[in-house]
Amino acid sequence: MPHPNKPTGDVSRALVDLNPPELAKFQQLEAACEYFDQSDEALIQILHRAQELFGYLRDDVIRFLAKRLRMPLSRVFGVVAFYSFFSTVPKGRYIVMVCTGTACYVRGADKVLEAFQKELGIQVGQTTVDGMFSLTTARCIGACGLAPVAMIGDDVHSALTPDKVKTILQGYR
Amino acid sequence: MTPDELNAWREQTRQAMAFRNAPGQDTGPLPGGIEKELLICAGGACISSGQPSVEDALRKALAKAGLDDRMRIVPTGCMGACSLGPLVRVLPDDVLYVNLGPDDVAAIVEEHLVGGTPVGRLLYRPADDADPIPRLADIPFFAHQEKIVLSNCGLMSAESIDEYVGRDGYQGLAKALTAMTPQQVIDALMASGLRGRGGAGFPAARKWQMLADAPGDEKYCICNADEGDPGAFMDRSVLEGDPHRIVEAMTLAAYATGARKGYVYVRAEYPLAIRRLQLAIQEARRTGLLGRDILGSGLTFGIEIRVGAGAFVCGEETALMASVLGQRGQPQPRPPYPTQSGLYGKPTIINNVETLANVPAIILRGSEWFTGIGTEGSPGTKVFALAGKVNLTGLVEVPMGTTLRQVVETIGGGVPEGHAFKAAQTGGPSGGCIPADHMDVPLDFDSLQALGSIMGSGGLIVMDDTSCMVDVARFFMDFCVEESCGKCPPCRVGTREMHGLLSDICTGRADDETIPKLEALAEVVRASSLCGLGNTAPNPVLSTLRHFRDEYDAHIVDHTCPAGVCRDLLTFTIDYDLCRGCRLCQRNCPTDTIFRVDGEKKYRIEQAGCIHCGTCLDVCPFGAVKRE
Repeated sequence: MPHPNKPTGDVSRALVDLNPPELAKFQQLEAACEYFDQSDEALIQILHRAQELFGYLRDDVIRFLAKRLRMPLSRVFGVVAFYSFFSTVPKGRYIVMVCTGTACYVRGADKVLEAFQKELGIQVGQTTVDGMFSLTTARCIGACGLAPVAMIGDDVHSALTPDKVKTILQGYR
Repeated sequence: MTPDELNAWREQTRQAMAFRNAPGQDTGPLPGGIEKELLICAGGACISSGQPSVEDALRKALAKAGLDDRMRIVPTGCMGACSLGPLVRVLPDDVLYVNLGPDDVAAIVEEHLVGGTPVGRLLYRPADDADPIPRLADIPFFAHQEKIVLSNCGLMSAESIDEYVGRDGYQGLAKALTAMTPQQVIDALMASGLRGRGGAGFPAARKWQMLADAPGDEKYCICNADEGDPGAFMDRSVLEGDPHRIVEAMTLAAYATGARKGYVYVRAEYPLAIRRLQLAIQEARRTGLLGRDILGSGLTFGIEIRVGAGAFVCGEETALMASVLGQRGQPQPRPPYPTQSGLYGKPTIINNVETLANVPAIILRGSEWFTGIGTEGSPGTKVFALAGKVNLTGLVEVPMGTTLRQVVETIGGGVPEGHAFKAAQTGGPSGGCIPADHMDVPLDFDSLQALGSIMGSGGLIVMDDTSCMVDVARFFMDFCVEESCGKCPPCRVGTREMHGLLSDICTGRADDETIPKLEALAEVVRASSLCGLGNTAPNPVLSTLRHFRDEYDAHIVDHTCPAGVCRDLLTFTIDYDLCRGCRLCQRNCPTDTIFRVDGEKKYRIEQAGCIHCGTCLDVCPFGAVKRE
């Protein structure tokens, strides 16, 4: 493998073998790199876009970005690993994010989290076998007035109790 | 745009905003024959409580009644009373409807908008059997607040620059650019005594002065919108409900200090705030309030948004700047301070959202007006995010020096019935707990510090007798363990060790040595960590040790948890007389350790196999399971 710091010519040439939907995603990612002028300081913003497109930050996506932005792979991976928003493993269709911030903690978030774990049959950080749900926790999503809360996809579910969990999940199945 | 054009624009929109600029006063129909305005709170909390379906139903009901040409629906930023949402405020009557569902709106249209009488059952009641309070201004939650930072939130559409201008928006900037020198702007801020609202309370004007005095042309200003403290959401509300205020304040900072470019660092958890701020920046640029030659003054300034990616440490100045530049958000030793060497090695100031949100009002109304509010050492107001075990939750803005009791009891309506106030936690993971016997403490920077807590960003979480203070300390330490960036060992290793010691206490493995060890370690972590995260990480431990030592002793000496939280220290038993033998507990017990009492239709728990999970307590319909 050539040194990642060295320009490798037109990186998009390596993409011709990809199937059309994959290619489209990489082209959109290219566009994002263009938009930010390939600048080093936009790495986090570009990684956000990459995760939006691919669902998670795959190995080949990270390598692609390192080449495209002409920076060492370690630099890209270092940033990916540092921030909790970035994931290098696939996520389910819906991300169930149970808030465990202080207000939610005081109002019983631990019981709600247990109910989600029981209902989904997975632990925090795991994804259900059918690929539908991933379970994560958040430090605070800023909806403290309605604690305890959880986000599923973009929806915020408020004033949760363990017995509401089953019905709520049913709505997404 | 010139200042005169801005004034003309304001005059024009002020007429359309007449109801909102003087709630409760009927000034006659607005231009276009609008007789009433229905403000519907579209803050984050209300959206998740069902505001979209209420708004939809309201639009349909208005159209059906043929009122849609005379009455206008305005989705606004956060009104503050999160637990009462979805909220609709009718102007000019100033009647507030609470906890609405889509089925309720028909009654509002028929009885109130057509019939002229407010719908009693949809109004706020302090208690179930109390009389309803129709007017917002009479509800204690609102009546005792004084709004500067949140003065526009809940009164205007966050996506309309017109409405911001109609609320005197950009007038502070116009005044500064036309009638004040940059130094006069800094002097006015200095005289106002505005202290940073992000945590430490450093005088904002001192930072500005240092940046203005720094040599060179290339300077930056950053707005810190990485609101990471769990339990604080005021910055989110300002960005979502009044984004132009931040644009105006940063432009003022640019004028005063000579910064050419601004960045807003927003956390990724706030997508709506990012979108609204982006829109505000575009609108300001389009109308000449950002960009080149702002208001004909020759000032050039632009703002860019940078989205974070989930790291609490990025709220720290030097870590934040690393993150703005696309790096790992790890802090640097200070000095050099950002005002000497910040972004790209150039002088930089970093101000918190709430701090900046005060600036336009101070410049427009003068520092004397500002120092007339609050206390001598802490002028102005503070926004608190009131949450936890309190009847009314949400955002409240009160003059500095308001007592904790007033905030929790008068504004928040006290703790829910049947429980007693135990402590209020302020300042998040860097703060501490204020116990019940200090409820009359005035909430300002210095009084809180004297009690071993801090103002922090303004999270105020009320805890009642169901919260165990040792577990609370462990909760915050867990947070610090997770969020420590790992760069310096005192924080990376020290927080982990402290967490271990706290866990020992919670699980009954502690001895006489545990607390002295904890205290010694706390001192090392405080004194030798590289940045604020580590320096303040021991605070929740030290403050609970100071005010709730008896609870620590109960765990260590008596092996009991007075609040009934630490499971390993609890014993579950079944009351023989109350047990009806329904077998629910026995069937749900995960370790099969509940057995039938010989020859009787009663059950008992065999303690040897009990894992203290509490399932039996939760499922027993007769209250026969006891926890001690």
